[in-house]
Amino acid sequence: MPSTYQNPRYPPAPTPQGAQHRPVVIAGAGLVGLTLALDLARHGVAVTVLDEDDTVSFGSRAICFAKRTLEIFGRLGLGARFTQKGITWKTGRVFHGDREAYAFDLLPEEGHEYPAFVNLQQYYAEEWLVEACLAAGVEIRWKHRITRIAPDAVGATVIVDTPDGGYALHADWLLACDGARSFIRESMGLPFTGQVFRDRFLIADVVIKGDVQFPTERWFWFDPPFHPGQSVLLHKQPDDVWRIDFQLGWDADPEEEKRPEKVIPRVRAMLGEHVPFDLEWVSVYTFRCRRIERFRHGRVIFAGDAAHQVSPFGARGGNAGVQDADNLAWKLAAVLAGRAPEALLDSYDAERIPATDENILNSTRSTDFITPKNEAARGYRDAVLELAAHHAFARPLVNSGRLSRPSTYAASPLNGPAGWEGGAPPGAPAPDAPVLQAGRPDWLLRHLGDGFRLLVFGAPDAALVAALPAGVAAVFVTAEETPGALFDHAGLAASRFAAPRGGAVLIRPDQHVAARFALPDPAAIVSALERALCRYPAEAAA
Amino acid sequence: MTLDTTPRIADPDGFFALLVEAHRGLSAEESRRLDARLVLILANQVGDMAALCAAIEAARAAGTKVSDAGR
Repeated sequence: MPSTYQNPRYPPAPTPQGAQHRPVVIAGAGLVGLTLALDLARHGVAVTVLDEDDTVSFGSRAICFAKRTLEIFGRLGLGARFTQKGITWKTGRVFHGDREAYAFDLLPEEGHEYPAFVNLQQYYAEEWLVEACLAAGVEIRWKHRITRIAPDAVGATVIVDTPDGGYALHADWLLACDGARSFIRESMGLPFTGQVFRDRFLIADVVIKGDVQFPTERWFWFDPPFHPGQSVLLHKQPDDVWRIDFQLGWDADPEEEKRPEKVIPRVRAMLGEHVPFDLEWVSVYTFRCRRIERFRHGRVIFAGDAAHQVSPFGARGGNAGVQDADNLAWKLAAVLAGRAPEALLDSYDAERIPATDENILNSTRSTDFITPKNEAARGYRDAVLELAAHHAFARPLVNSGRLSRPSTYAASPLNGPAGWEGGAPPGAPAPDAPVLQAGRPDWLLRHLGDGFRLLVFGAPDAALVAALPAGVAAVFVTAEETPGALFDHAGLAASRFAAPRGGAVLIRPDQHVAARFALPDPAAIVSALERALCRYPAEAAA
Repeated sequence: MTLDTTPRIADPDGFFALLVEAHRGLSAEESRRLDARLVLILANQVGDMAALCAAIEAARAAGTKVSDAGR
């Protein structure tokens, strides 16, 4: 059926001979596994990825990449590919019946390198990640299926099935990125807690030929004339592909609903009789909002859908998974390099579990609005929609998906002093800002991440640089054009951090704020770095 | 802001008549929708989350049967 994309076929890896040992094995070459592999490889870690298939995602799947995710891909060197190929949007419109209830703008703020969202088929993202992984030295073993795992105190043994045999492999660290039906999770018997929703949805990706009457916006209908009693979501993707998501209700027969004879009339009712289109991809799905209790189980660590699942409303699945990878990669790299104790990896749970719960809460509330659980809930839902067309107060109550926003790790054990009031606090992702470097337009975030950075709101200071602990590089930002510093010409870098003149921000390799200092004192910076790396006091003193 | 449950409506009979009049000629479903819209409008007027919580609690409690109250 797909006419706009041909899945690449990667050559299966040969079956290795002899005893096999690898420091890091990632199960699953999907969006999350590949992001994690690339990030780890860029930190100098030898990574082996095992995947039972030999290609990228079938169908468009996760299509909405949020700003924070784009910033992560920017850090990994892929940002421009997403913005060039992807469809940038920031306006959402909500309709009720045949009327517009209201419209919203996701990123009214200017001065960020990346937009609120780009829409892009998941297979493009994965294809680029595969290329970047291979260039970074990641070993991807296609058609290598894990059939058994045995975790132990120093890692895990995995039994792998290949087209021409099989082998056993011991990994010091096994990272389970093997998706919602994670084999590793199931074989370890880790239960999910959360809820299943009694509703079904149909995804129809269609290529519309000729003039299209929809702008590049997210359109959401409650109870539209062309699909009465249910909801419909429309998104634009590259290659003239449109994602249409029809709510079907629990009683719908998933096999029957996937048949083109069933899908085509639904699409035609929406687009109109005379708009020609082709079906590109069709899928019927149900969803769950749930997670496993802990993501780290000794030397086996779960990320993405293998660890947690949400409804698609809010684009919190793929984005959360990429953010898991962003959080885990630098920590594992630091542990493997001997720069941090294994305990640092417990902070992955401490930070990503609250982030997951935030995603689950938002996604559950959206789903409860879209699929009311009882007549009273439906009554209030409809009342909100009726009022929204007339009164501003009701518009924030309309919930057609609260779109993915990055989590602030407010209660993280890695956080140091806040230093001052306001602005991006410890635990928050560093906000981007336009700057000038030697007169050329540049972005603040391009100078942060990968390693620890001390962002100093002041002129370059050789004494401060000399006093910085190993592994921390200084980035100076000034309000006036100063050699050796980024020029904060619009004042946005300082204002988004609410930074006092001379203040400094310690920024982690994942671009989250670790600590802030009104006056950067070397001893305080060392202490915050030790804390951010979970180093024991004895080591800190050494 | 706490929930004020002392009498605040100057013309109680007039208000009650107004409320009932608003529902005249409506089906049960239409009435429910009207009440839902009214609750939302009034809730926004109150605004304060603590007062709204207390109001929901008070509404639930007053609907509890006497025989259930002690449980």
